[in-house]
Amino acid sequence: MSAETPVVAWFDAIGLSDRPAVGGKGGSLGELTRAGIAVPPGLVVRTEAFEQFVVALDAAEPLRARIEALDPDDLDAVSAVTAKIRARIEQTSLPAAADAAIRSALAQLAGDGQPVAVRSSATTEDAEDASFAGLQDTYLWVIGADQVVAKVRSCWASLYSVESVCYRRKHGLPEVGVAMGVVIQRMVDARCAGVMFTRSPTTGDRSVITIEGAWGLGSAVVSGEVTPDRWVVAKLTGEIPVRDISDKHIRQVPTPGGGIHDEETPADLRRAACLTDAELQALKDVGRQAERHYGRPQDIEWAIDQDGALLLLQSRPETVWSTKEAAPVAAPQANPLAHLMTVFGGRK
Amino acid sequence: MLQKVKGFPLPSSVKVAPGTEGAQAAYPYYMQFEPGDDQRFWFYNSMHFPEPMTVFDMVTAEAAYVALGASNTRVHSLPTTKGIDYRIINGRVYIGGNGVTDPAEIDQRVGEFQQRAFYYYENWERLYAQWKGKMGRLIADAEALPKLELPEFEPLENVHAGKGVASSHTLLETWQKSIEGYFRMWHHHFEFLLLGYGAYMVFFEFCKKAFPEITDQTIARMVAGFEAEIFRPDDEVKRLSRRAIELGVDHKFIDGMSADEVLASLRASGDAGQSWLDELETSRNPWFNVNVGDGFYHYHRSWNDDLSLPFAAIPDYIAKIRAGENIDRPTEKLMAERQALIEGYRELLGSDDERGAYDQMIALACRVFPYVEGHKFYCEHWYTNLFFNKVREFGGLLAQHGFFDDGEDVFHLSRYEVEQAIVDLMTSWGNGSPPRGLTRWRPIIAQRKAAITTWAAMDSSPALGEVPDIIDDPAIVMLWGITRETLDSWLHQGEGDPNELKGFAASSGVVEGTARVVRSVQEIGKLKQGDILVCQVTNPTWAPVFQKIAAAVSDIGGSMSHAAIVAREYGLPAVVGTGRATERIPDGARIRVDGGRGIVTILG
Repeated sequence: MSAETPVVAWFDAIGLSDRPAVGGKGGSLGELTRAGIAVPPGLVVRTEAFEQFVVALDAAEPLRARIEALDPDDLDAVSAVTAKIRARIEQTSLPAAADAAIRSALAQLAGDGQPVAVRSSATTEDAEDASFAGLQDTYLWVIGADQVVAKVRSCWASLYSVESVCYRRKHGLPEVGVAMGVVIQRMVDARCAGVMFTRSPTTGDRSVITIEGAWGLGSAVVSGEVTPDRWVVAKLTGEIPVRDISDKHIRQVPTPGGGIHDEETPADLRRAACLTDAELQALKDVGRQAERHYGRPQDIEWAIDQDGALLLLQSRPETVWSTKEAAPVAAPQANPLAHLMTVFGGRK
Repeated sequence: MLQKVKGFPLPSSVKVAPGTEGAQAAYPYYMQFEPGDDQRFWFYNSMHFPEPMTVFDMVTAEAAYVALGASNTRVHSLPTTKGIDYRIINGRVYIGGNGVTDPAEIDQRVGEFQQRAFYYYENWERLYAQWKGKMGRLIADAEALPKLELPEFEPLENVHAGKGVASSHTLLETWQKSIEGYFRMWHHHFEFLLLGYGAYMVFFEFCKKAFPEITDQTIARMVAGFEAEIFRPDDEVKRLSRRAIELGVDHKFIDGMSADEVLASLRASGDAGQSWLDELETSRNPWFNVNVGDGFYHYHRSWNDDLSLPFAAIPDYIAKIRAGENIDRPTEKLMAERQALIEGYRELLGSDDERGAYDQMIALACRVFPYVEGHKFYCEHWYTNLFFNKVREFGGLLAQHGFFDDGEDVFHLSRYEVEQAIVDLMTSWGNGSPPRGLTRWRPIIAQRKAAITTWAAMDSSPALGEVPDIIDDPAIVMLWGITRETLDSWLHQGEGDPNELKGFAASSGVVEGTARVVRSVQEIGKLKQGDILVCQVTNPTWAPVFQKIAAAVSDIGGSMSHAAIVAREYGLPAVVGTGRATERIPDGARIRVDGGRGIVTILG
């Protein structure tokens, strides 16, 4: 890495086109920031930092060649080799310049003892496929620079998990070019959080937004540990034709000193709606804003903090319906009256 | 194990309530069930006829189905449906569609339809303007019918003029003209109606396919007009409230005071009072010719017959104007909202092809919709009021000559029987003997009144006969909103939460409050600010009530019913067509209305 290439990039300086340098998640958070949508402030440890780190490891003892030599069906070998590589990544210090740059940026982002989230940000489209989803890591409520630097290495190491490596080997992907950005973002102390889809996940309807949410951090909703409340909000009228309030038996909350844990939801909250109608409308508005900005339906993670501020944690293109080729519902007719025959003519 | 399929009773298994056989027999033979009817599907038309029909009031069904059938079958040749068959038992009107299923016949009818209905669509504005002229003349003719009188001697001038036709003949002539005009009005009513609904349905079904989760009410809002006649009566009450302030007579309108008392006090208020009364006359003709029902019962009187409803609203409007509130309908805002919806949904469509089709469909729906919204004022309200009031006048004349105790009793005779009584009276006037009807009608009327009471207390099955696999008769779907899903919900009625009622989601929003069960216009005074109105039929004449209430629930009506439209204008949650809200919700109960989902919950 040359002296001019910075180790970190702040969200407001990057966008989707920077994906090769900051990964998809980082680029998307930068894009949202630029679009004027509130996201928890943060930065990305650029892929060059990872590249420089791995090149140094490779020079000390071959790494990429060993991975490329693996047979994905030989699970024992994959397990043994990747475990060793992950241990090397987790135990090797970062180059001094990179280490200093991360610590300095962190001091600017989060004051003493303030928690952050450390999230992997993969560079390849593949990594956003369902087949790859969940293969990289997110660490919540990380406190202190040493911990943050350690989690950056853990994110990098996750590229060498058994699953990731098997996936690359099965698809014959070269190891050169495998890279990862790491997002470091101020942690939201979420009163409630969840996901939203800017088209119906069940019918594909583009005129409604489906919102799911539960008490505490959004990780419980994303991982499916709790049945979230669910609403359908019409984009244009704001009507809420569906309100399913569930029994949210647990919530995820921060652990003093770092990390998160499950706790039982207080009895009076379990069956209470976690969002007000005003918050639902605000979510709908920001969902539409993101969708307009990207020009296509979005799959969004959101949180509302203890002060009631609404923040987006992630926004990515909706993939299920967008890839279905739907025939047009109807086409214009030379004589517009011909449409009437669908009702009167017995033709459906 | 085979599950027993739930079904509806066969018509032949429905027995006439004991003691009401005579009253049942009073309905014409062509309305009675017959054995062959067991093979067909019938449903109770609770939308138009929620209460047992007196034998005279059945003319509203009879004339309507004569005209509907003619329009569908012979005039426009709807390809897949003909007319509606109807039967009455225990005072309840059951109807069944006549679908066309033979492909060759459908093809032939398609050819006819495209020469007939298409011509109407292509020339809609001209033909609708012509329709208004025809209706205007029909109304003028009805208003010009002579007052009924039988003088002691034929007026001398008639004799000297050599008129040669005695006064008694005017009774028969006026009666027959009244019946003829009423049947004619129904032909006018259906001249455009199915075509109008059809164009709306095309757009509706497109929206449901393109946006599977769009609500019915949103589609309705995209097509709704703003200058429609249904808003005028309420607008006139607002205008009169404003004039009362301008003329300085606003203090004469006191909450709880009867209309007669207010009128008397205005008459005693000099020029200002007189000016306001003149304004009232302008509003009354024609805009107070709205009846408090849907035009199917003689006892749903008009504002002109009973000023209590509009007068009850005036003190509230005056208070709002005094408080600086703008009570006018925000037409411009509503139009902007409608335009934003049309453009917003257009933008969300998936392709330019869809946008092209959408543009064509909404353009057609918006062109035809003024008729769908406007016709009721002229037909079911204005003309129907004139008709029932003329029948009432005959009732008064017959009562005066001793046929019955009360003129209103005339509505317990069929239209054929009224004509018999008229001829009886004419005969008696001519030959000098007492009418034969003096002894005939009283016991019959007593029997029929008792039957109505018996029938009103009976449960009636929502449907009879074999359950069809699908309901695709466009007339049934358009006019009654009945689908296969509706039948399933009827079959499973009473199996859900006893504290929950389902209906059409007519206007969205969730509200909790006190239920006020209002069974007739006389009970409207019970409503307090913030109450939830629970009524049988909601209709435009109740519009002034909407300023007071927090939500509306009705037994009858669909998402295009007038009440649904008014509720949306006022931004109030509304659930309509719940079936039995007035029966199941106790007056004063706390209820929750979820207008977006069409659910009413009784909380306690």
